[in-house]
Order: sequence, then structure tokens, then C-alpha cells
Amino acid sequence: MNVEAVKAIYLFEMARTRRTLLQSVVSPVISTSLYFIVFGAAVGSRIQEIDGVSYGAFITPGLIMLTLLTQCIGNGSFGIYFPKFTGTIYEILSSPISMTEIVLGYVGAAATKGMLVGLIILATASLFVDLSIAHPFVMLVFFVLTAVTFSLFGFLIGIWAKDFEQLNLIPMLVIPPLVFLGGSFYSVSMLPPFWQAVSHANPVLYLISGFRWSFFEISEVSPLVSFGIIIGFLAVLMGVLVWIFRTGYRLRN
Amino acid sequence: MAPIVSVSNLVKTYGSGFQALKGVSLDIAEGEILALLGPNGAGKTTLISIICGIVNPSSGTVLVNGHDVVKDFRATRSIIGLVPQELTTDQFETVWNTVSFSRGLHGKKANPAHIEKVLRDLSLWDKKDNMLRELSGGMKRRVLIAKALSHEPRILFLDEPTAGVDVNLRKDMWKVVQALREDGVTIILTTHYIEEAEEIADRVGVINGGEILLIEEKSALMKTLGRKQLRIELAEPVTALPPGLEPYQLKLEDGGGRLIYDYDASGGRTGITTLLAAVAESGLRIKDISTRQSTLEDIFVELVEKRA
Ligand SMILES: Nc1ncnc2c1ncn2[C@@H]1O[C@H](COP(=O)(O)OP(=O)(O)OP(=O)(O)O)[C@@H](O)[C@H]1O
Ligand SMILES: [Mg+2]
Repeated sequence: MNVEAVKAIYLFEMARTRRTLLQSVVSPVISTSLYFIVFGAAVGSRIQEIDGVSYGAFITPGLIMLTLLTQCIGNGSFGIYFPKFTGTIYEILSSPISMTEIVLGYVGAAATKGMLVGLIILATASLFVDLSIAHPFVMLVFFVLTAVTFSLFGFLIGIWAKDFEQLNLIPMLVIPPLVFLGGSFYSVSMLPPFWQAVSHANPVLYLISGFRWSFFEISEVSPLVSFGIIIGFLAVLMGVLVWIFRTGYRLRN
Repeated sequence: MAPIVSVSNLVKTYGSGFQALKGVSLDIAEGEILALLGPNGAGKTTLISIICGIVNPSSGTVLVNGHDVVKDFRATRSIIGLVPQELTTDQFETVWNTVSFSRGLHGKKANPAHIEKVLRDLSLWDKKDNMLRELSGGMKRRVLIAKALSHEPRILFLDEPTAGVDVNLRKDMWKVVQALREDGVTIILTTHYIEEAEEIADRVGVINGGEILLIEEKSALMKTLGRKQLRIELAEPVTALPPGLEPYQLKLEDGGGRLIYDYDASGGRTGITTLLAAVAESGLRIKDISTRQSTLEDIFVELVEKRA
């Protein structure tokens, strides 16, 4: 295990965050505050409670997930895409590092950044609403698992992408609708049966549901199912990763 | 002594179906300076990229210090430093950070004293806190060299190190190369400039179209393939060669004012003595005589043309 190299990549990536502190921290805080003002105040005045939880509190886990998903995918994909784009990837590829170590460095940094922003959102949210976390440990498990899984997802996108358009395709075009339609801002049980069924095909629903359960013990589906879904997704990504290691796909070809 | 780098039957077919290397075999001895000469698209960068682990080979093997570059990549890559052909840098990093990063990637503990020495040797010390985007092209090239030397490699690859580099930097670079060589570092460089290979290499390899055409000691190469030219300046120009000089296949140059005689310097009989006697006999008056050794450039052009 080349610990020095993992450390070098991790710290290098974290240093990049420090340089773009404003963009990476301040902007999610502002947008979350806006969500609270717009959804919390406007919608919240009509829907007071969902399943006995105040509307503002109800949307908090979904907001954290929205941020976590977009941040982790964004960081994970950019971290590996950028050296590919500038050409500095030559150095990573010619160093005595295994693919596993490369993934540890990049995905570790992306997940750390995502989680930092997620925690900031949590802190911001607690300024607006009363929050209690019923199962802090479960909450942490969902939080970390999601961060790691989606950073890895981002990493794979970064390897696959040939240009900036492809790079942004999934984080910009696929993730937001999934999050918005995944019951971030409402309970899916409020929808007509047909749309309920459609919503259950959305994997993000399971993430939000499980995460929300750890806060309020209310959920659309059993938290175990949520756990199973995220582990399943992680397993699929790992499979793809192993295939990339074997073939050198878009890295060593 | 076992070679430090041993390439055998290396083939690379890119995804596009293009065969960039067609079965290359080559041994590199520890401590030598090998220059790889070849025109654009010859496969020089591809060869280096496979040895360094950037590109997967299609078939064939490469051993570095006895280890396979694919199976045993940690052992091989940790002793190799690479200066790539393209100027690729992290624009927003400082010189110091980017060079330290390279050392970390190679699994070495931080060593500020070594990094300082490398930066000083390359006249980069006063730029250590500058961001790379603030540097000129030549300075960026030095940074790439510094990165490659950050982890004290035993083998250094320089892929066209002098492209777009001024005379001063070139001199600095050769000084660094000489110092490394004295430390026993093996150096492989690619170049289009034949003078460069002639100046610093111990051995020269010529590669074209994905094949090694020749690889030889520079001095032996010059000797075996080295043709010499005898130039005879005449006091009065002639319009045609006198009949007595026909057997020598002379060329007339400079409006008949100069006779050119090509001969093989390595052969026992150069034919100079009889030629000069024949010239005197034919009544021509000699003003001056000089000889010229053919350069690697001539050899190179000849080789590539022979294959074409
Ligand atoms: N990634 C790639 N995909 C497809 N073909 C490639 C790729 N990289 C290089 N080639 C082709 O392989 C051949 C050898 O390229 P290479 O870069 O090794 O040449 P070179 O000798 O370094 O040339 P130069 O002196 O111009 O740097 C060229 O014909 C090039 O077009
Ligand atoms: Mg090249």
C-alpha cells in the first residue's frame, strides 16, 4: 500500500477546495437558505405537518441528500476528469500506485468535501427549524455510505466523460429531477396511486426515505430496503470499477 | 551486467486499430545515455509510455530492473522519472507544491532539502512560490523536469526535452543530465535534433514506423556508417572532369571549382593517395583540401530513405 501517494492525492484535492472555499461552501449554504425560505415559508404555510413532523423539518433530510448527491458526484467526477483534461494524469498513471489507491485518494477527498458541505447544510437547517435525530448512528451510516457511493459514481463519470458536456450531463440533468421527484419536498403517499408507483422506481426515493427515517422514524419504505438499495448500487459501481481496472478503459488505452 | 530496461517484441495497437509499435526489442544498460531518434509518429512516445505504465502494451514484455512493468508496476515505476513531451501542468498550483506532490505520488516521504536542491539546480528556486500559470514555457519545462527528479529516480525518460527551449536552458539541462549520469542514473531521451544525440548520447537508436531500424554505440555507428568526404578546391574552375579522374566518381561543385570525393573512412584503402596523384597528373592545380565526417543526420536520412 502506497500510503504516501494516497495522502498526496487526498491532500492535493482538499487543497483545491480551500482555494475555492467560497464556491464550495458559501453557495450551498445560500441555496439551502433559499429552499427554506421558499419551500418552508411558502409551501409550509399550506402544509403544516407531514406524518406529525413540521414541514420545515420534513424537508431537511431531502435537502441534505440533494446537496450530498450533487456535491459528491461533482467533486468525484471533476477530481479525476480535470487531470485527464489538462494531461497531468500522466503523472498519476506513471506512479507506483494501484487503481485502488487512486480511487481511495480521489473518492476519499470527494466524499469528505461532500460530507463537510452536508454538515454545513445540517447546521444551517437547524437555524431555521427544530431538528432532532432519532437514530444518530443510522443517520451517520446513511450519510457516509451515500457520500462514498456517489463520489465513486462521480469518479466513474469522470473517467467516462470525454468533454465537459458529458461530465455535467448526469449531475445537472439526471440527479436534480430524481431528487425533486424522490419525495424531498413532499411525502410520496400524497400522490395519486399511479405516480406513487412511478416514484417507487426512483432509487433516490429510497435514499431520502431511509435518511429521513433516521431523523424522524417516518419513511416511505422500510429503512432496511433503503440500506439494501444503496449497498446494491455501491456493489454495481464496484463491479464497473473492477472492469475498468482490468481493461484500462479510457485511462491506459 | 543485466540490462536495466529490457523490451522484447513489444507491440502496441491503439483502439483505433493503428499499430504504433510493431514488435520492438531493445536493451538499455544501467548508467548509459540512450538517444531515440525518429520522425513524427515513429512511436517514440508510445514506447516510453508503455515502459512508464501510462499505456498498456498489446503484447510483448518490458522488464525494468528485472521486474515486469505490468505485473510488478510498483517496483518499476518507483525508480522511473518521466518528463513528458507535452507541457502539462496544474496551472493553479505553486511550483513547490506540484514538485512535492510528485514525490508523494512515488511513495517517498517529504524531503524539503532534496526538493530545494532540485529546484536550485534547475534555477527555479526563486519561483518556488509562483503559480505555474505565471511561468514561461521554458520554466514550465523545468518544472516538469523537477517533478521527474523529485523522487530520485534511477532511470529518467526525457521525451523531447529541448522542444521549444532556448540555448541557455538547453545548456542547463545538459548540465543536469551530466550530473545525473555521474550519479549513475540511466537516461533515455527522444529527440528530432540529431546534434543533440551526437552531443550527449552513448548510444543511438533510430526508430521509424513503429520499428527500431538500428541501435548502436554512437562512436561505432559513426565509424561503420560514417562516410567521409574529401573536398578539393581548385585554383581554376573546370567545365568537365579530365578523363583520368573518371574511376573516382567525383562530383563537381561550385561551378567546377570544387571536386567532391566520397570514401569509406573505415576501409583500409581510402583511395586518397591515388586520387591526389591522378589530380596532379591531369594538370589541375589544387588550392585547398579539406575532409568532412558525415554526421548522424546524414546517417539518419540515409536509413530512413533506405526503408521508404
Ligand atoms: N492514443 C492514441 N490513439 C491512437 N493512435 C495514437 C495514439 N497515440 C499515438 N497514436 C499514433 O501512434 C503513432 C506513434 O505515435 P507517438 O506519439 O508514439 O509518436 P512519436 O514518435 O512520439 O512522434 P513525435 O515525434 O511526433 O512525438 C502515431 O501515428 C500516432 O498517430
Ligand atoms: Mg512523441
